[in-house]
Amino acid sequence: MKGIKARVASYPIEVPDQRSSATTFADLALPLFDQLYNFAHWLTRDPAEAEDLVQETYTKALRGFSGFELGTNFRAWIFRILRNSFLTSRTGLKLATSSEEDLEALTSEEPSPEDLLIHEANRDLVRQALTDLPVAAREILLLCDVEEMAYEEIAQVLAIPIGTVMSRLHRARKALRSRILEQSKGASHGV
Amino acid sequence: MECDSLRDKLDAYVDGELTAPEARRLGAHLRQCSGCAADALARVQMKRAVSLAGKAYKPDPAFRQQIEQSLKQSAPAGKTWGWKLVLVPAVLVLISSLSLLFLVRRESGRRAQVFGELADLHVSTLASATPVDVVSTDRHTVKPWFEGKIPFAFNLPEMQGTSFTLLGGRVAYLEQSPGAHLIYKLRNHELSVFIVQERGTEGARWAPEPVTELSFTFETWSEKGLRYFVVGDVGAADVESLSKLLRDAQ
Repeated sequence: MKGIKARVASYPIEVPDQRSSATTFADLALPLFDQLYNFAHWLTRDPAEAEDLVQETYTKALRGFSGFELGTNFRAWIFRILRNSFLTSRTGLKLATSSEEDLEALTSEEPSPEDLLIHEANRDLVRQALTDLPVAAREILLLCDVEEMAYEEIAQVLAIPIGTVMSRLHRARKALRSRILEQSKGASHGV
Repeated sequence: MECDSLRDKLDAYVDGELTAPEARRLGAHLRQCSGCAADALARVQMKRAVSLAGKAYKPDPAFRQQIEQSLKQSAPAGKTWGWKLVLVPAVLVLISSLSLLFLVRRESGRRAQVFGELADLHVSTLASATPVDVVSTDRHTVKPWFEGKIPFAFNLPEMQGTSFTLLGGRVAYLEQSPGAHLIYKLRNHELSVFIVQERGTEGARWAPEPVTELSFTFETWSEKGLRYFVVGDVGAADVESLSKLLRDAQ
């Protein structure tokens, strides 16, 4: 996409053509364990289900590793396996039904930037707002802001065009801001 | 006007996705426009807040160990498998016709595929918090539990007086066909027994004796239209003695 450049990823994601080495899969996949678990927990919102999801991801990825296209992005590949496994799980099928329209409805209120000064002390507020977001918004914010993936990488994980990554991210951020404002208002009324 | 067109790019700016000339142009604007600068600052703070709040969950160390262990068990398997797939057909080219080569490769690949799937099922089941759905050492409890869940019946041997203990069973899918998955304990090892309909595993050439592949010992045989597999990280003699008990029960 014009005007967009890929960032330098923090993880060495280019896979060398050395798949005959038996340790290659573990070498590539184990450093991503914490990130995969965190992402799985955010998707499922349950620690036991997150463990099942990560385990299923590793099993599927190991089995499919011979079909992994060399020179492509391993991190995007394994995150995509995790996300697809989630979407076909019982919880995923229930949660992922929130559509783009639902996300649009959440963004009706546009707060002013001055209201959005988020400090570390407000981490719980942000965490709760993230938890409450539809999964489509939650996952794209996590991939971009927590995993620090480039738009191109996010497009691969979610199997959507880069233009859609940008528009979905924009709506997700608006929805998050609205949610945080609502919560902070609710909290101040409750006092 | 300039603010409107540039604000659309603020997300890409804070995400580091703009080209260098675009980022420079936007940076110059932000130094002059307090409204856009406040907007950009809020977005940076929000991004930082999401980054901090999003790193919320850490895996249990025991779970990490379990995954590492599973990968270690599977890793040498890939090596053996790959070696065979390349070398075995290469040798056969010298001694056999092309059609025979094709047939043997297909059967060997098929066998390796089934063994790979069984090894996955065995490891992932044992790693699960609830490996079996029917927990019982009594074959008279376990066997009827499968009735109505799988499209065939089978007999289980009496384990009293042997070194094996039945832990329980669950329904497993092999090659998209439902089958019985039983777990037995032998000393500190667990062995899996899979029973499926023969038609689900056709097209493979099975060895009559235990074989070691993927770090596991496998034994398989067919009886009355059912195919039995015994899988475990134990020696061939142990796998053979459990197989014999099962064969005698049929």
